[in-house]
Amino acid sequence: MKLNPITKLLILGSIITLPATAAEIEISITNLTHGNHFTPLLVAAHDADSHLFQVGEMASSALQKMAEGGDIGDLDSAVIATNGVTVANPAAGLLAPSAKVEGIMLDTGDMTHLSIVAMVLPTNDAFVGLDAWQLPTEPGSYTFTLNAYDAGTEANDEVVNGGGMSGVAGIPAAPGGDGGMNATGVMDMSSNDKVHIHPGVLGDTDLQGGMSDLDSRVHRWLNPVARVTVTVK
Amino acid sequence: MNISKLNVKTASLAALSAVALLLGGCSDNDHTSSTAITPPAVTPTMQDYTINITNLTANQPMSPIAVVTHAADSVLWSSGQSASLALETLAESGDASGLTDETGVTDLINGAGILMPGASEAISLSLDSTSVANLSVLTMLVNTNDAFTGFSGYDLSELAIGESQVFRVIAYDAGTEANDEAKGTIPGPADGGEGFNAARNDTNKVHAHPGVISSDDGLSDSVLNASHRFDNPVLLIKISRTE
Repeated sequence: MKLNPITKLLILGSIITLPATAAEIEISITNLTHGNHFTPLLVAAHDADSHLFQVGEMASSALQKMAEGGDIGDLDSAVIATNGVTVANPAAGLLAPSAKVEGIMLDTGDMTHLSIVAMVLPTNDAFVGLDAWQLPTEPGSYTFTLNAYDAGTEANDEVVNGGGMSGVAGIPAAPGGDGGMNATGVMDMSSNDKVHIHPGVLGDTDLQGGMSDLDSRVHRWLNPVARVTVTVK
Repeated sequence: MNISKLNVKTASLAALSAVALLLGGCSDNDHTSSTAITPPAVTPTMQDYTINITNLTANQPMSPIAVVTHAADSVLWSSGQSASLALETLAESGDASGLTDETGVTDLINGAGILMPGASEAISLSLDSTSVANLSVLTMLVNTNDAFTGFSGYDLSELAIGESQVFRVIAYDAGTEANDEAKGTIPGPADGGEGFNAARNDTNKVHAHPGVISSDDGLSDSVLNASHRFDNPVLLIKISRTE
């Protein structure tokens, strides 16, 4: 039975005094989407007051760079500047649909919370996110799923035109080579400029035109979009 | 992030023993007879809660949030069951006032107004310690025919001072109005159409909402566009006990 090791640890935990903070964690991340890649992931352990993003709040410019163009550099720097620890780009590039990256080791030191982000590509500003999950002090394996968020910083026009810089309209690329061209663009009538749950992409079935350069048969998703397992040593 | 599931799992271990105790305690209710039982004298104190709510959708304003306190055995909706008239009214028009007439409901507190996409609101709740009850939160996704969200029947006594509980909730379909998205049938700003209509022309069972289609996605006479589509969760609710 799967629970046995955990149960044993729980019993052990009640006998042995555990340290107040976890030191070593091992993480695996699976892309659950049908046809979307994750750009380089940022895995960050930080203090209780830090966030890479929060729903209902405006995205930081660092988050915007990640969500619109996949650039995690500024977020990484921000975490390190507040004494956090990170693993940047553990999948060594894109994490393809159904792909899993395992064995991400992180010595969390005094840091108490875990965050994970990566852009969902091809989209305008969708990202997969974990916002400040409190790291358990109890050794064991913890599995949960993540949702896709909309950074709220760019209209979801669904035009693949190479636009990946912050504030530039459009989608940087369709890494699966499955995007369309010559789309007229989806009119995004949402005025929600806060980080929110992504409504999903629309797409269409016309790869030579239509409203969207995304393929509704390939690029749609429903939450959750990622599965994460954290093993606390 | 679906961490609430994990919390529930870990919490359930601890809760099991508590449930067992509660079940034992409940037996008193099973044989309540005409014999008057003098309740022990309890000095009432106030228990204060803050309920923080964030609209997680792209373009679905929520009707004024309804925070409802009620007896432990009253259920405001149940998946697979027909919606009450009060729930139908809420889900079709956003008007929560009928919930006060539901069995066991003690109080209805409304949010300040429409909760816009991306907006947050804090609602305060102060309860007499002798009448701390179950809590439900409900609201309509107003750019739909009859979608609503919330949770039903959270036991407030589980929460100690300083503790909080987070819910990330999905959209439900009241099952009372066909999801035709047609002009004149949706009360929200996408249409400005009709709210409540007593006719029931859908499955007549509450279920998880399949999502809206929109004209951009091929439902030609839909008044909705791509931005009105939504994925779960649609609402974040954090209940904190402050006193």
